[in-house]
Amino acid sequence: MSADKNFLKYPHRSYGMDHSLYKWSMLDDRPGIQWPNGKKLALWININLQFFPLNQQDKPFPVPAGMTMPYPDLRHYTLRDYGNRVGIYRFFNALDKYGITSSIAMNTLVAQRYPYLLRKVIERGHEIICHGYHMDALHYGGQSLEEETDLVNMALDELRKLSGQPIKGWISPAKNESHSTPQLLAENGIEYFCDWVNDDMPYEFFTNAGTLIAMPLSTELEDKFILMDNLHSELSYKEQIIDACNYLLDEASNKGGRILALNLHPWLLGQPHRIQILDQLLEYLSSQTDIWSASPSDIISVFNSQS
Amino acid sequence: MKQDLDLYHYWPYENRPKIRWPGGAKIAFWVAPNIEYYELDPPSNALRKPWPRPTPAVPGYSTRDYGNRVGHVRQMQLLSKYGIRGSVSLSTALCEHHPEIIRHCRELDWEFFSHGIYNTRYTYGMTEDQEREMIRDSIETIFKHTNQKCAGYLAPALSHSEFTLDLFAEVGSDLFGNDAGIYTCDLFHDDQPTPINLRSNKRFVSIPYSLEMNDTIAYVSNKIEPRRYGQILKDNFDQLYKEGSNSGTVMCIPTHNYQISCPHRMKSYEEALEYITGHSDVWVTTGREIAEYYLEHYYDNAILDIAEKMVPQS
Repeated sequence: MSADKNFLKYPHRSYGMDHSLYKWSMLDDRPGIQWPNGKKLALWININLQFFPLNQQDKPFPVPAGMTMPYPDLRHYTLRDYGNRVGIYRFFNALDKYGITSSIAMNTLVAQRYPYLLRKVIERGHEIICHGYHMDALHYGGQSLEEETDLVNMALDELRKLSGQPIKGWISPAKNESHSTPQLLAENGIEYFCDWVNDDMPYEFFTNAGTLIAMPLSTELEDKFILMDNLHSELSYKEQIIDACNYLLDEASNKGGRILALNLHPWLLGQPHRIQILDQLLEYLSSQTDIWSASPSDIISVFNSQS
Repeated sequence: MKQDLDLYHYWPYENRPKIRWPGGAKIAFWVAPNIEYYELDPPSNALRKPWPRPTPAVPGYSTRDYGNRVGHVRQMQLLSKYGIRGSVSLSTALCEHHPEIIRHCRELDWEFFSHGIYNTRYTYGMTEDQEREMIRDSIETIFKHTNQKCAGYLAPALSHSEFTLDLFAEVGSDLFGNDAGIYTCDLFHDDQPTPINLRSNKRFVSIPYSLEMNDTIAYVSNKIEPRRYGQILKDNFDQLYKEGSNSGTVMCIPTHNYQISCPHRMKSYEEALEYITGHSDVWVTTGREIAEYYLEHYYDNAILDIAEKMVPQS
């Protein structure tokens, strides 16, 4: 047997990346960013409001955190819906207690289905990020351009209409994309997206329809990744966030501003036995004098003004 | 397919000729940062899929790219603080893609060894000639960009053929004689260096590299909590240090900077490095230095001892 003749050919083996989506650059080599009022660390909390349909299609891969049992998988459907009914209100109380802001990444179908919740999010002044149409409406390589174009249009048009917000940010369901996704987002007025986890600071991402900002929303530090995928304890989750916070504060002392990005799921961390962990974390973070609680647009506006 | 490749003979851990490392050290301690390039759209391999989902594999690709954009410099600074020189397991195409990283490593006098061309090009399915060409390319690329004669090998993504170690040793000899192709990190059968049987009979050793201490195995496969990982590193060291007072042992921490250099994992790693290097009888070294020292001082006795112990006991 012989491997395919292409297996020893390396068409992209040259300086920079093996694609032209963004420029190769090491964080350590870039000029430092200065956050407002001399703060060292921007705290960006993003809360996900997600709808997992009962009639999940799993196209082309099983939906992370989705249905796993034969239809109707009421256990997972209701457990995820718990976040939109109960968990999120615990989150609101915790944020208010410590005066911390957050963005909210919302499936458009959540905005359609739960107008009370949408109104609450708007009244509270959260920046809304479009999180795709719903969790089973995946963007993926091999998807037809027409299908994906419709999906992006529908998700953004509807969320803008319902929320009255311009909606500048995007997170794909499962943070998964097709080759066309970034361009479709740029064509539809998106300014930043959060799917690529290759940096700790924002950077420019190129499409034929203009430049996007890739915002660093760590998966490795997500509540879902640590507690559900890795089955670490709640105590370990808290330690990991605090260790990350301290490390980044230290790095920021001589390298310029850094971002601590916490991606949270009310269906997970909003459970009664976990909400105190969020409370304790917010208490710790809000007691740090060098932390700036910021929305993604706040961060991008500083980043753009200094880049 | 064979039941066993006969790469090494059975050689019991007890009663071996004693090893003493330079300066009377009990343990040779080395850190092997993997500096890798994964391709966004690699050619398919019939036996192993590079990415679990259709390309573009944004989650997997961007996670790896974090190591190159953010992570390596963090670990460079950390290892320098504790006087450790890295032994880099290198996707050699990275010399062309990211020469800045190579330059940093060279400034720190780190060792480079071959980890193939890309970590998305598996050995599976290659002919012997194809694999030889790939290995030769990787050794030549390291020499061209670093002036180092590649001593060690870790197959790309740990993908092997029956000939991998033979080929690596032979290509090393073809290019640079006994200065290249002298050790492998691919085998996990021992806590001391061991002679490896090759068809060329070249003097060649396996240097312990440890899957169990590998951060990616710990964090991704075994899903270990960061503080437990730090504790495991200390416990591994304590045992090998203790046994090293009888005969020298080797401890390796293989790392990936898309894992270990995430902000929430650096603290426990630093505590472990501080603990290990805080002991007096530790030889903080590199893969090549261990291999060369062993080949010079212990290899011949090991061969004799192995031969003796293969004789059936009456």
